[in-house]
Order: sequence, then structure tokens, then C-alpha cells
Amino acid sequence: MHLLETNKLTAFYGDFQALYGIDMLLDNGETIAIIGANGAGKSTFLKSVAGLIRGAADSVLLDGTPIGARPAADIVKLGIALVPEGRRLFPSLTVEENLLIGGYGRKAAGPWTLDRVYSLFPILRERRSSAPSTLSGGQQQMVAIGRALMSNPRVLLCDEISLGLAPIVIADIYAALPQIKVEGSSVVLVEQDIVKAMKVADRVYCFQEGRLSLAGPPRDLTREQIHRAYFGS
Amino acid sequence: MTDWLDALIQGVLLGGLYALFAAGLSLMFGVMRLVNLAHGDLIVLAAFAILTVASTFGLDPFAAVVLAIPILFVVGFVLQHVLLNRTLGRDLLPPLLVTFGLSIIIQNGLLQVFSADSQRLRAGAIETASIPLGGGIAVGVVPLLTLMSAIAVIVFLNFIFYRTPVGRAFRATSDDLEVAQLMGVDVNRIFAVAMGLAFVVIAIAALYLGLRANFDPTIGPARLLYAFEAVIIGGLGSFWGTLAGGIVLGVAQTIGARIDPEWQILAGHLAFLVVLAVRPRGLFPRAQD
Repeated sequence: MHLLETNKLTAFYGDFQALYGIDMLLDNGETIAIIGANGAGKSTFLKSVAGLIRGAADSVLLDGTPIGARPAADIVKLGIALVPEGRRLFPSLTVEENLLIGGYGRKAAGPWTLDRVYSLFPILRERRSSAPSTLSGGQQQMVAIGRALMSNPRVLLCDEISLGLAPIVIADIYAALPQIKVEGSSVVLVEQDIVKAMKVADRVYCFQEGRLSLAGPPRDLTREQIHRAYFGS
Repeated sequence: MTDWLDALIQGVLLGGLYALFAAGLSLMFGVMRLVNLAHGDLIVLAAFAILTVASTFGLDPFAAVVLAIPILFVVGFVLQHVLLNRTLGRDLLPPLLVTFGLSIIIQNGLLQVFSADSQRLRAGAIETASIPLGGGIAVGVVPLLTLMSAIAVIVFLNFIFYRTPVGRAFRATSDDLEVAQLMGVDVNRIFAVAMGLAFVVIAIAALYLGLRANFDPTIGPARLLYAFEAVIIGGLGSFWGTLAGGIVLGVAQTIGARIDPEWQILAGHLAFLVVLAVRPRGLFPRAQD
């Protein structure tokens, strides 16, 4: 049984169909990367898994249990947390309150506590009383990741965590991924930076116009295959 | 000079009552972005609830409100969960229409049950008790209790909002409804808890409304107007701002009445318009509103 599985997952915005029958697998301890051009459906996929877009119950399975029709507030309690695109921190909450609200729905104790997040991102301890708007982009991304970790997720969904950040900051963010995996979270990354995605992922899924156009371990994929899957022939 | 000072002091005390009217409205808007047109009628409904509890069990209104508070919390929770949550969304019109309808229903329901007769909560000697301050100025005990209760309510709401997990959930939900759900916040439940809390504030406002003046089923809309003005003057989403807004309104009314008794209500509305013209976001707006 897989940790997370999507089964012919579809998603709609009103009448507009954004995803067409996506099949994806994630096992314990894995990192998978989802790549694709803008509008390919990557973020929609993560929103569907996280419960923000609800579909058929058996279109998303967690440990074999259908969760596709469950609301987002339930999904996070079951162990799936999303780091949303653009960070979307709560502006009226301090850094520490943003982290604490991440643990609002958790039921059981786990490895991720405020102290553990601060040890992963020490700068946040110094800025704990600050408003999120006073933080740099990289620090805001650290808060967004820390906030998601506070729910002690088994699956961490990360939507474009490198977007708009300087390369040195991106390196810092990605340096945290191994520690996150050590604590028992499997990771799904949506990433525009193909090189970065290929480097950290156990498997890569490429989306094109809402459809899965390519899947496999990075070592098995050629540059031409990826180019074709990304941009179309 | 003494008369003006007296008007100022009485205005501040009156402002406590308006702040109580407004605090529940401020809470609803702050968390749910709900503009509740039935707010004034809900205060009147709560006043009748306190009256009923007091007369049924032979209680003092202060004791009756303690009994009424848990009942009204549940009424608020259920009202939000069953009805008002269904109206919230991108479109502002449905909650306006539904709360307007609720206002009509409450007024007519109260007329049916209690008739159009004026009512009053009776608390005995405390109603007329006053504390002399010297120089011919005295403050009534009930108006003083009203202001102190308003301050206590604001402190309590600030404690809930800024020192508790549910308060964090209130603010997070108000900031970003979608991401709040990603944190495990059941927004429908959080909205219902917020409305329950607003009903507790409504109960306290109703107690002092009934102690300070006569009330009948039709006076709700005027109370709603004062509450709106206090919230707007103070700045949306700020409880201390709401208290300040109530006091500005109260002082404007008593100063206006000092100049000419016919100007009392008009002076309050003029103060509201002046603040709106000079500081459209109110005196103490929340940064991101």
C-alpha cells in the first residue's frame, strides 16, 4: 500500500477542467517533484490533494483510505500539509503565532514543535515577535514551511518554494529538506526549476495542460523526453 | 464651565453603552466580514430574554443576565451554524438580505409575544444611585457600571483574540479563509463560536440598555445605527477603537444636547460624518483592513 495515491484525479474551476485523470504515487520517505509550465495544473493538483478542491472520494487515497472528498481542515489532521504558493502568511499574526496556528488541528504529538522548527530555521527564533511583512522573502518561506511542519505531516506538499528567492536563499531552503525527511515526512515538490527538481526528487512527474505527460526517476529521463513533456512536441 | 465638564463626563459614560452596542458588531465584522443588519434587534431580543428570565425566576437583572448568557451563546452559535454560514461568500448581498429579514422577523415576533408596550429592567435602588464628584457633578452608578463593563468586555475580547488558540484561529480566518482551512481550522465552527461570543456581548449590552432606558420591540434599528457609527469612527476590526468610537459618539451627543437639547442625536451623526470625512478608515483601523 502506498502512502499517498491519486487515482484518475480530476479538478474543475466551475466549468473549466484543470486536471484530467492524474495518477500519482508517493511512498514513505520519498520526495517527488512535479514540474510543468505555468498553467499546467501543478498547483491545482496540490490543492486537490490538500482538500481545497474536492473531488471523488477515491481519487485521493492516504494509506489506502479514500480522502478525496474530505475538506481541507480534515485533510491536515490526517497528515497532509500544504505550503501554499506565495507563502500566504497571516499578516495579523506574528511569526510565532503563524507557526503556532500551523499546529491548530493536530491531534497527536510528533517531532515538530516550536523549538524544533526554530532549530531548523534559527533566524525565526530571533524574529518570533515580528510581523511577517517585515521579513525577507526567504524568511517568510521558512515561516511558511515551519507552519506546515507544525501539524506534524506525513506528507508535505510544497508549492513553488523557490519562487522569487535569490539562489543563495533557495539553497538554504532546500538544505532543510533532508532534515524534514529524517523526521518522517515524505515530500511532494512543485517546482519550476527543473534542475533543482531533478536533483532532490526520487521521481519526477511532468504535467502539460492538466495531463500527466511524463513520469519516472530522474536518472531514467532524458533531456529530450523532459523537453517534449514540458513544452509539447 | 462645570456644565461642560459634566456633559463631557456623561458623554464618556454614554459612550460605554454605545461601545457595548458596537463591540458585538465589531467582532462579527472582524472575524466573518459579516455586516449584521439585525444586530440592534438582537440586542432588543436579548433584553426581552433577560426580562423574561428575571420575571420568571424572580431574579435581579444582573443575576438574570448570568443565566441568559449561556443560552444566548448557544442561540448565536446555532444561528451562525445553521443560517448565516450559508450566506457568507464573495457576494456581500446574501448576508445583508438575510440579516435584514431576520431583523423584521425579530421585531414582529417580539411584538406578537410582548406587545408594543415599553419595558424596563428593574434593579432597585442602584438605578438611581449616584456618586458625587464634587463641584455639583455626579455620576450615576449604572452609567459607571456600563462604562466599566464596556472596558471589561474589550479587555476580555482582546484576551481571547490575542492570547488564546481560538483567538489566533479568529484572526487567521479573518486574514485568509482558504489558508486557515489548511491549518485545520473548521471555519464554519470558528464562525459559529465567534457569533456565540458576539451574543454574549449582546447580552451584556442588552442588560444596560434595559437598565438605562425603556425598550420596546421596534427600537433595534436605532441601536444598530449607533453601533455602526461607533465601529466606523473607531476603525474596523479594532476593539479599543470601537470603545473610542462609542465615546466620541457619546460625547458628541451630550455636548450637542448641552448646546441645544434638540441637537443631541444630530450632533452624534455630525461627529460620525466629520470622522468619516477626515479619517475614512476610522481613528484606529487595523493595518490590513
